[in-house]
Amino acid sequence: MSYSRIKEKIYKWIFTILAFSSLFFLVGIVIVLFKEGIPIFKEVGFLKFMLGRKWYPTHTPPEFGVMPLILGSIWVTIGASLVCIPLGVGSALYLNEIATFRQRQFLKPVIELLASIPSVVYGFFGLVVVTPFLQKLFNLPTGLTALNASLILGVMATPTVCSISEDALSYVPRSFREASFAVGANRWQTLTQVVIPAAGSGISTGIILGMSRAIGETMTVLMVAGGAAVIPHTFLEPVRPMTSAIAAEMGEAPMGGSHYHALFAIALILFLITFLFNIIAEVISRRFRVKLGLSG
Amino acid sequence: MDNKIKMQARKVDFFYGKTQALKDVNIDIHTNKVTAMIGPSGCGKSTFIRLFNRMNELLPHTSFSGEIFLDGMEINRSSVDAVDIRRRVGMVFQKPNPFPKSIFENISYGLRVNGIKDRGFIEQRVEDSLRKAVIWDEVKDRLNDSALRLSGGQQQRLCIARCLAVENEVILFDEPCASLDPISTAKIEELILELKKDYSIVIVTHNMQQAARVSDYTGFFLLGELIEFGKTQDIFTAPRDKKTEDYITGRFG
Repeated sequence: MSYSRIKEKIYKWIFTILAFSSLFFLVGIVIVLFKEGIPIFKEVGFLKFMLGRKWYPTHTPPEFGVMPLILGSIWVTIGASLVCIPLGVGSALYLNEIATFRQRQFLKPVIELLASIPSVVYGFFGLVVVTPFLQKLFNLPTGLTALNASLILGVMATPTVCSISEDALSYVPRSFREASFAVGANRWQTLTQVVIPAAGSGISTGIILGMSRAIGETMTVLMVAGGAAVIPHTFLEPVRPMTSAIAAEMGEAPMGGSHYHALFAIALILFLITFLFNIIAEVISRRFRVKLGLSG
Repeated sequence: MDNKIKMQARKVDFFYGKTQALKDVNIDIHTNKVTAMIGPSGCGKSTFIRLFNRMNELLPHTSFSGEIFLDGMEINRSSVDAVDIRRRVGMVFQKPNPFPKSIFENISYGLRVNGIKDRGFIEQRVEDSLRKAVIWDEVKDRLNDSALRLSGGQQQRLCIARCLAVENEVILFDEPCASLDPISTAKIEELILELKKDYSIVIVTHNMQQAARVSDYTGFFLLGELIEFGKTQDIFTAPRDKKTEDYITGRFG
């Protein structure tokens, strides 16, 4: 074999290995999650673990019911979507439909910059600015609440929602708009009845990925959600989402013990939820590309 | 000229940025006649007809001067709403562009945005429009299917039906057969000849045989200028300008 053929083969292998390495990491993580998480299901029982209303991992005897943690995550994620959907979709509509070229050139990088702020900075901001504000506003014993976490997470997820929605809107062919204007529709009708429905699946993909970002976020919720592992009844109570439970407790959980396995099981649940979100987003966006006649 | 004038263009100049696309174009569009615009690619003919329904004002960085009249009314005056003009002057585009909605919704859309809510009326109008566009028999059993599942030729006839549904007076065809096969093209041409009983029609085409077959009047554009305009048979049999003759005999373009 000639030298150049060998070189070509080597290149091919190097890039193949690089490309497949992420698959390797993914599989590795999944195996570890299952391996370390499964024992707690055997010990406590799957249903009792999932539906248990008490999370007292350090008591004797300990109680491993993750319902408060799951509900904590759900609450802050729903709260965050209430913030990031209007903010993200609204800014995307503005950028794509209303803004002049120069406003767009200025605003788009600014919104994207929000995504590059480290989460600990968001948490810090929530701690020193939002917390006292909420405490005063609602006259609460503590401002570290689900509401606080929702607000901060919502702002954090906004760039994801905005940039994906904006892409989706800009993929809507100009011919759709022209067709709409040509039959006498005005801008508002064209936007709400042609452009947004055509971009709808792209926008939903953005929303789902934004939510998936919110549910997986750790540092911020650790700092501002309050951390109480009880089932929340209003947004004004402290919560302990799954991520902050793992981050806060992993250090003190004895390796190989029940608490340790329970935390892995929580990580597994979290992984499955975000995995599901991503699959839904992928399915929707594929349908969207087919619908617009772009490559499937 | 032997009959009524539906639309007129007077002293039309048009710029994309600093590039002049149209220079001092004057033309009359006759009522219930087909007027064809021919000329090589980039000569400004599509840009020109898009002025008749104020479509160009949706494009950024363009400027326009001159006057366009519809039944004697200048359509670019600030008191005139572009939406009203587009309701009266419909357009069929070069590439079929049905909405990613059902066949029924594609047609009813124009009615709904114009404030019509009566379900029975809409259903009747949808059927009438599809019949007029000679596509009813092909789609009547699947009005709720996505319009994107139709063939290219069917999609274009659907777009014509969508345009007819709003009952406009003028229809602008911007190279309607550019992406269609010969059979679909023949169907569209037949349809245009049928439609001119009720509408005034302007068609941009690259295909000179098409212009000769369907039109009553022809305008020849070159580099943004209207070189010659007259009855189609005169243009094709006895062009006055050397450039027109060169183009229609296939010496360039």
